[in-house]
Amino acid sequence: MKNTGKSEPILSIKRVTKRFGGLSAVHDVSFDVPLGTIVAVIGPNGAGKTTLFNLITGLDLVSSGEMHFLNKKLNALSTHDRAAIGLSRTFQVPQIFVNMTVLENVLIGRHMHGRSGFLGGLWSSPHSRKDNKEMEEYSIRLLERVGLVDKARDEAANLAYGQIKLLEIARALATEPRLLLLDECAAGLTAGESDHIMELVRALRRDGMTVLLVEHDMRMVMNLSDKVVVLNFGEKIAEGPPLQIQNDPRVIEVYLGQEG
Amino acid sequence: MPALRDVSIRLEEGEVVCVIGSNGAGKTTLLHSICGITPIRIGVILFDNETIHRLRPASIVRKGISLVPEGRKIFVPLTVKENLAMGAFVRLGKDGKEEIRKHTESILKTFPILNERQNQLAGELSGGEQQMLAIGRALMSKPKLLLLDEPSMGLAPIIVKEIFKILERLKNEKTTLLLVEQNARMALKLSDRGYVLERGGVAVEGKREELLRDDAIKKAYLGG
Repeated sequence: MKNTGKSEPILSIKRVTKRFGGLSAVHDVSFDVPLGTIVAVIGPNGAGKTTLFNLITGLDLVSSGEMHFLNKKLNALSTHDRAAIGLSRTFQVPQIFVNMTVLENVLIGRHMHGRSGFLGGLWSSPHSRKDNKEMEEYSIRLLERVGLVDKARDEAANLAYGQIKLLEIARALATEPRLLLLDECAAGLTAGESDHIMELVRALRRDGMTVLLVEHDMRMVMNLSDKVVVLNFGEKIAEGPPLQIQNDPRVIEVYLGQEG
Repeated sequence: MPALRDVSIRLEEGEVVCVIGSNGAGKTTLLHSICGITPIRIGVILFDNETIHRLRPASIVRKGISLVPEGRKIFVPLTVKENLAMGAFVRLGKDGKEEIRKHTESILKTFPILNERQNQLAGELSGGEQQMLAIGRALMSKPKLLLLDEPSMGLAPIIVKEIFKILERLKNEKTTLLLVEQNARMALKLSDRGYVLERGGVAVEGKREELLRDDAIKKAYLGG
């Protein structure tokens, strides 16, 4: 059932500001991400999109303002804790482990969910052996989901670029997030490859995932998003459904340009 | 596995030809082979009826080929003006300093934003401005053939439109362009002909209209 946006937002950004020295990379930004929706953050380079992602995932701490995830205040939580409560992200420049197999890359993310924990998995107790089997099965299923299961035993270094992007997503899904942050997942992809990712993200939404994406690919943004937030010079200049944003004169002026 | 297999392409003077394909298909390797940055193992590259594939890159630039590299690769600690001057490096012996200075002025006139920022360090420019600078720098060697590697990469839609307007202007001035692009739609709009590279080989080639009508190409590269 498609979310109407009337329920409690899964992520709430309130008056978030991040200063680096005298410069505000993000200034007084507020918006909600409704549960089960796909929200896109767009804007010129330097607008603060990646900084915003880093603030949400905890790679950086806010200078002022609040962020709530499932009603938990995020501000003081570490990146590990934020992942543990259901936040996961991919990176603009894929951060895969090149000297491991595709499956091992996903397993690394999965280990966090094992009951024996990462260290427990080093000693082969009955508990950890069962965990390992379950983790491997779960990881295989994730690879099936993104379309990489044929490559499970291959070295990650041998993947084509489009496949590396899919592996990034599979690994982010391994922590069973409630909110998935995709950082320019379509960058460097052909139309066919980004279509595949769009289908994957739609399927994730059908299964209840909430997705927040930073994206330059307007086709993806307009076709996929329930809501678009536009940043420029660290400030929010527009927020609304894709069609409205596409016709917003200010957004056209600073980011989209005129058609034709 | 070879990065390029049995690839044959041709360009007529004044044509705009694009090469599209996935990341890893061999597009950059193709451009680097033409420039002499990546030596080829088998085959021949002819430019103006001369074999160039065994020449060093500087000689190839002197013959009239110039590259706008992927990721701009402008000289960060130099000013805009100095970057442009560096583009004319191979002309130093031939043309005088005065002529190069005049050419720099004319390029700055062609790119008003660069004119405004001519004494600024190139590293301080935005992505789109750096792209214009990279194009201007490549034009400083007075190329007969301009190679462009992913000029739209990482740029906002409005900037991509500006860059392609510049390319259109170059096309109207009859500069021969070989354009490698991930934004296949905009590349084909500008081009006379195109090649589709897949896994190091030419999968499809044709005139713009043929490629734009091809269902498989539309699905894979143009977004349906």
